[in-house]
Amino acid sequence: MAMSWIWVIMVGLSLLFGWQNGTIAEVSAAAGTGAQSAVELCVSMAGPLCLWTGVMAVLRESGGLEKLSGLLRPVLGRLYPAFHGDDTVMESISANVSANLLGLGNAATPLGIQAARGMAERSPGVASDALCMLVVCNTASIQLIPTTIAAVRSGAGSQTPFDILPAVWLASACSVTAGILAARLFARLWRRI
Amino acid sequence: MSGLTALLLPGILLAAGLAGMRKRVDVYRTLGEGAKEGLSILLRILPNLIGLMTAISMLRASGFLDWAAELLGPALTLVGIPPETVGLLLIRPMSGSGALGLGAELMQTYGPDSLAGRTAAVMLGSTETTFYTISVYFGAVGIHKTRYAVPAALCADLVGFLAAAWAVRLFF
Repeated sequence: MAMSWIWVIMVGLSLLFGWQNGTIAEVSAAAGTGAQSAVELCVSMAGPLCLWTGVMAVLRESGGLEKLSGLLRPVLGRLYPAFHGDDTVMESISANVSANLLGLGNAATPLGIQAARGMAERSPGVASDALCMLVVCNTASIQLIPTTIAAVRSGAGSQTPFDILPAVWLASACSVTAGILAARLFARLWRRI
Repeated sequence: MSGLTALLLPGILLAAGLAGMRKRVDVYRTLGEGAKEGLSILLRILPNLIGLMTAISMLRASGFLDWAAELLGPALTLVGIPPETVGLLLIRPMSGSGALGLGAELMQTYGPDSLAGRTAAVMLGSTETTFYTISVYFGAVGIHKTRYAVPAALCADLVGFLAAAWAVRLFF
């Protein structure tokens, strides 16, 4: 529903500003070509996007997810001290993080929800600190190879669509760290209130 | 840096192929099957983009986006964010395909390798659709008392946006 509001407001603002700036003719022309550019965008990014979902499928079939999951498990245990000894929850969390790293969004969400269910069983109705941490970590992007974005970049004519990778990694690391620190800090503050 | 990233992609292709062969995976067939997943992603976002790109193109043509960038420009420039990306900051936490559409339009308008285009791409790559994710997770476990999950997640977004702008200036 929120998107409906945003869309109607966007169209309304276009007309208002078009009328104000005398650009109604341009707005009208744009209304006719916007949908075309949506299709053009999808067509131009289809190739690279399909290639990368293909490569990711090969990595997944080769056991990449399990391997990564095993590597991450000890590190993640420290983020969720309350579930350190809970094998089922920790396994779901490691698999969720691994799927997020590999950009397998469709696989990551069910795994994350599985972990969330296990956490919610201990404190029904209220978000525990661990559950908040899990959700915050999932609202931060940690995808190692942002294939969709790279596909959009090459669709827009970039010769080196992946040259943003180091910047994406750095920004993602900052963002996740901020999320984790904020969750830790708020966990303390919320208890006092 | 460019030499390294140039090696990265063919390297990943080879690594994935070899890892698959070692596990006796039918690499070529799996690659094709996986490519189908890409098509289903496209099918999911294309219908969303039709309405969005229309509205975004209209906003661009009306002069609204330039006006908003000019209005908030000084504040954004102060923290190092290119003013052209102003719309992205607002829509990113709410709609994934909306942000993708706006980012794509931005890259087409200013060029994918411009400062604004690159910053938009890095912002898209280092943040998530926060409100959507929160509602999916808490909805799935039936929890309404989300405590500090929303403010903490928004902290991550804010730092993600700032870090994206700084990282692009650092590397390019």
